[in-house]
Amino acid sequence: MFSGCVFFQRESAMPQPSISKTMTTGESGLAFIFAVTAFLCLIASAKALDAPFAFHAALSAAASLAAVFFIINRYYDRPAALPPAEINGRPNYNMGPIKFTAFMAMFWGIAGFLVGLIIASQLAWPALNFDLPWIQFGRLRPLHTSAVIFAFGGNVLIGTSFYVVQKSCRARLVGDLAPWFVVLGYNYFILIAGTGYLLGVTQSKEYAEPEWYADLWLTIVWVAYLLVFLGTIIKRKEPHIFVANWFYLAFIVTIAVLHLGNNPALPVSFFGSKSYIAWGGIQDAMFQWWYGHNAVGFFLTAGFLAIMYYFIPKRAERPVYSYRLSIIHFWALIFLYIWAGPHHLHYTALPDWTQTLGMTFSIMLWMPSWGGMINGLMTLSGAWDKLRTDPVLRMLVVSVAFYGMSTFEGPMMSIKVVNSLSHYTDWTIGHVHSGALGWVGFVSFGALYCLVPWVWNRKGLYSLKLVNWHFWIATLGIVLYISAMWVSGILQGLMWRAYTSLGFLEYSFIETVEAMHPFYIIRAAGGALFLIGALIMAYNLWMTVRVGEQEVQMPVALQPAE
Amino acid sequence: MSFWTRHQVFEKNSIILVVGILLVIAIGGLVEITPLFYLKSTIEVVDGVRPYTPLELAGRNVYVREGCYLCHSQMIRPLRDEVERYGHFSLAAESMFDHPFQWGSKRTGPDLARVGAKYSDDWHVTHLTNPRAIVPQSVMPGYPFLAQTEVNTDTIADHMRTLRTVGVPYTDDQIANAAADMKAQADPDNAGGDAFTKRYAKAVVRNFDGKTGTPTEMDALIAYLQMLGTLVDFKLYNEKANLR
Repeated sequence: MFSGCVFFQRESAMPQPSISKTMTTGESGLAFIFAVTAFLCLIASAKALDAPFAFHAALSAAASLAAVFFIINRYYDRPAALPPAEINGRPNYNMGPIKFTAFMAMFWGIAGFLVGLIIASQLAWPALNFDLPWIQFGRLRPLHTSAVIFAFGGNVLIGTSFYVVQKSCRARLVGDLAPWFVVLGYNYFILIAGTGYLLGVTQSKEYAEPEWYADLWLTIVWVAYLLVFLGTIIKRKEPHIFVANWFYLAFIVTIAVLHLGNNPALPVSFFGSKSYIAWGGIQDAMFQWWYGHNAVGFFLTAGFLAIMYYFIPKRAERPVYSYRLSIIHFWALIFLYIWAGPHHLHYTALPDWTQTLGMTFSIMLWMPSWGGMINGLMTLSGAWDKLRTDPVLRMLVVSVAFYGMSTFEGPMMSIKVVNSLSHYTDWTIGHVHSGALGWVGFVSFGALYCLVPWVWNRKGLYSLKLVNWHFWIATLGIVLYISAMWVSGILQGLMWRAYTSLGFLEYSFIETVEAMHPFYIIRAAGGALFLIGALIMAYNLWMTVRVGEQEVQMPVALQPAE
Repeated sequence: MSFWTRHQVFEKNSIILVVGILLVIAIGGLVEITPLFYLKSTIEVVDGVRPYTPLELAGRNVYVREGCYLCHSQMIRPLRDEVERYGHFSLAAESMFDHPFQWGSKRTGPDLARVGAKYSDDWHVTHLTNPRAIVPQSVMPGYPFLAQTEVNTDTIADHMRTLRTVGVPYTDDQIANAAADMKAQADPDNAGGDAFTKRYAKAVVRNFDGKTGTPTEMDALIAYLQMLGTLVDFKLYNEKANLR
């Protein structure tokens, strides 16, 4: 059932006016561009200086050919007229690309959690590295972070943004092939990035590891994403742009700026994978953490806050608690976040003034973060009883609670004296995961549990009981994970700075490594529980699509909100 | 007109909203990053820091490729315990030729900013091949494959040329002799050794992996590790002149 036909099914049938069928400029143009690309990639593959580049060029040639085939095949299959923007005065929403991202999000999510479990186990039992280059910790770790952040999170963000922008603007996604180009192109970027890590292709900038050619491709895809999203907003039937769309827009625009700022690199050869970044030393460090922290701020926060602002009110059937608070929340959050990067570089060779600025703004950031949390939580006022009966809503609400917790912990860890203890330890890893598993993970799960029945036109989920199981297993996993990392992080930080009464350092470094062992096992157990939860979810969603009851569409007269 | 009514200009016009977002997010980055390019005090004035030798550069690329930075920092903070454990705190000048920087963010293993000359080459070969042969409690992966892979001497000059374009001051002489220097550094019997050490101050010529023939990635990585933190002579370093 989850084969191509699920995503690519024909739009709702319409009586066809008798017009002659021709290729659109988009179809012929894109087919031509991909044909040329396939040819160029073949040449690059033949002339490649290193094996990973040859592999990626050959893969890209094959993918480009597949794209040409897909475009032409789709042309012959489709009716003469393109799907209309409206049918009988109601928007004709484009759900195909959203279904694809929902599927890919689940796929990459499970892959990413699994790799996380593997590298957690490698830290507890180093024999699991097997002395092989492709699966040793240093190459798998970027695979884990990219798979969960950019592959899982990215597909959730693109999918939900395409859904929310259509529904809240009451307009069909602009473009015929463009939305497909975005979702397929983005997932192809993930494929290139991920296989690259395993083959040792990396520029070693955390969360921006892909090499120059993958970065170039992502730039093209991202511009297309911005155009589709913005174009749909421009075509909207509602006078106001809904608050969730502000957050999506800030996420898309800022990620583009960050990506361009952090990645300018000069390839050694246009036929090789290796490049050198334009920035060096201290400036490179500052650019990297300006990027790195705002990948958190705009990818993992602003984008998922957009999900919060749409899915929680929708699921709770309550309006957003305060519209004015959401205005303040939005501008304060995006203004303050961008300054917070230097807290990753406390006590380093970065000048003190930059560190202090970064710390100051990180502490201030606590306020808009909690403003947003309050706006999300208070949306439930009058509907709190639903937490007892609806595990999906419970997941969404608990995600906001985790958001509140990690946005308190973050500013606290950005204080220099606290950071002197926490930096370089597992406390940071624990902090990231309370945000990633608790906030991003749960809000994504909640959104997917809502989205799948909606876009596949099902009455509801296959089983709410399984959602309940998922919720409790995953929550237990998170608690094990973050408490193990708190203890190991603080313990290691304290051991590093412990002195004997005679004034000597009390512990050698390796003694502090040895002390981590039990916590690494507990952490791996927590990760395993989180993975099991995701597998239950995948089964539940699969059954929802396969055997779920069709919902009968009721024509409802819609009023534009003013 | 109240503030909330005025705000509608953003809520009703997507292009104004995009421009507003761009302006608001630009400020922080501009204020924090741009001065680092022109404030003289950003990078200390020190003697001794030089670009990497061809072999060290190849080793650094292995370090990057295998993701060593994910578990080892190269940034000693000016805290009592760190200075006692690892040595003088790191200077900005010490990484000014690093594209990209390798300060790292996590110490699953110890800091490596001054690991150079701390252990013997033999120690490194054994440790990289099987860390638990030397440190039983270690959780580091083994990298035995490095000793089996030869470094590429043909392309290293292109790498140095690229680095020169992004600001690393390699001389024409250094680039012209890149391949020869790479072999010379790993082979004490090589006649080019003297010319090589003239081109790169404080560079050491040793058979790092203990095997003859074309240098391996093991040679390169150890050459890189053995020079880390050794370039600046802190007996001569004037801290007062570099107060920031």
